Amino acid sequence: MAGILTFALHYEGEINKNSQGAVSEAAKLSQQLGTDNHVVVVGEGISDEAASSLGKYGATKVFRVEAPEGLSQPVIDSMAHLFEANGYDYALFGGGLLGFEVGAGLAARLNAGVTMEVTQVNVVDGKLQAERPILGDSSISTSKYKDRGIIIGRLNSFEIVESGSGAAEVEDVTVQLSPQASQATMTVRGEQRGADVNIEDADILVAGGRGLGKAEGFDLCTDLAKALGGAVAATRAVVDAGWYPYAAQIGQTGKTVAPKLYLAAGISGAIQHKVGMQASENIVAINKDANAPIFEFSDLGIVGDLNKILPKLTEAVKAKKGG
Amino acid sequence: MKICVLVKEVPDAAVTKRIDPSTGRMDRSGEKNLNPYDTHAIEAAMQIREGGAVEVSEIVAVTMGPESSIRALHKAVSLGADRSIQLTDGALAGSDVAATGYALAKVLQTESPDLVLLGQQSDDGECYTIGAVVAEHLGMPSLTQVIAMDVTGEGIKAERQAEYGYDTVQITLPAVISVGDAINEPRYPSLKAIMGAKKKPLDTKGIGDAGIEADKVGEAGSKVVCGDYKAPPQKAGGEIIEDEDTNETVEKIVAWLDERKLI
Repeated sequence: MAGILTFALHYEGEINKNSQGAVSEAAKLSQQLGTDNHVVVVGEGISDEAASSLGKYGATKVFRVEAPEGLSQPVIDSMAHLFEANGYDYALFGGGLLGFEVGAGLAARLNAGVTMEVTQVNVVDGKLQAERPILGDSSISTSKYKDRGIIIGRLNSFEIVESGSGAAEVEDVTVQLSPQASQATMTVRGEQRGADVNIEDADILVAGGRGLGKAEGFDLCTDLAKALGGAVAATRAVVDAGWYPYAAQIGQTGKTVAPKLYLAAGISGAIQHKVGMQASENIVAINKDANAPIFEFSDLGIVGDLNKILPKLTEAVKAKKGG
Repeated sequence: MKICVLVKEVPDAAVTKRIDPSTGRMDRSGEKNLNPYDTHAIEAAMQIREGGAVEVSEIVAVTMGPESSIRALHKAVSLGADRSIQLTDGALAGSDVAATGYALAKVLQTESPDLVLLGQQSDDGECYTIGAVVAEHLGMPSLTQVIAMDVTGEGIKAERQAEYGYDTVQITLPAVISVGDAINEPRYPSLKAIMGAKKKPLDTKGIGDAGIEADKVGEAGSKVVCGDYKAPPQKAGGEIIEDEDTNETVEKIVAWLDERKLI
């Protein structure tokens, strides 16, 4: 039977939110295609509860493979095995790093077409077509597949919908892993570095990027956040540079937030950052480069030197609140 | 250890990118730069060589593209590669990610590298994915977005940010690794290296030289058909303030925030 096979990422008893979204999306598409909605989970000791919970999002069956977790190769092997056994036409992935790796590898294995950063999937004449923003989101391209198609979503593009009637049937599958799967071993997974900060519950976030110039530049953000009664967030670039803790990172590999106010200081607004914060209610950006992409999706943009603006803004906010 | 670095010529960031409506392909006429992410991959190769933990016999830069892509190779060689290979053939035009990865893998097979490095993403059409496609064809493990590498005789200890925090993965060679831009600060090439780049060995191959099957590449060999380009839904443009008088600017920001009850 044809249809879609969706990969669901598992970590410590939970299914990834983007995977829940992908399964929800696949449920909708499967209904239009008139097929079952199959999902695969790959990992070590994944519980019945975690696997069957995908039924909530419309999975009709969940295949569970016992194999090393968090690495692409075992998932490619598992999905290729299931494609062989069940003859799917499409594979679907939510956003996230592993989806890119698995999807691309699977496309090579299956000789299939692959599209990444997909924001919408449509059923046209019984086939799937994937829409993907290109050229810095200035245009949208539609992918059609000559044969089988691998569709990798952009982060947060597929809405989580609890359309299912409860627990899904879970079937254990044994998969022969490829030789290269044994060449990679996860020694540490999900390590948190730096202080633990909670940015997901904050109504106001002051986020700092490379434009702060140095680690000490974050003091400007901290002061403003304190004055506004908010928390401080950061881009991947500055977290990788060690200027701010990982727990405060927004974007593709960090957290997704939607505060009432997102004030971005010295952030250019790369796609990888945008996907983690574009749902914010009000976006204010301060950047010295008038051509920074962030001005294309900010509600208020200030072209100027943050070293001059932030301290005065902090004082003005304090004065306003005090008065 | 022999290292191959995949590089690519991309449009200069200053050149506006566009799709040629008649072919549906990226208009590459404004291209002239080595993909900035690839300079991190070359630097990573150089640091392995200079680190001394393993002996690096050779660093080979490999590209696929039109004849002009030779400029990316010259840049790669000026940054430290010993020699370069250019895969260029009219039959390759219009290849999608999967076909491009297949073609590059065939060239790499002729070199039998212990390690293949590439930049985590290119500035144009193909994102994160090419490394995983190449690895699959070579039967090697693939790891993308690596931000730290520790190379020893046993293999590579690689770190990266994944969905739940930092992952550390031990890999035995041969392997394909895509590096992120946080992995290093690429050096600037010396004037001497720039001048000498054109003298380093360059091997130009067509698809026949690499055993690439013609029906697996180009437009015909690609499994995705892209088209129906359209403009994205426009978000109403935000208000822009050019900061001239900072006191005035700050006043405007505070008023804007106040209006929305954010203060």
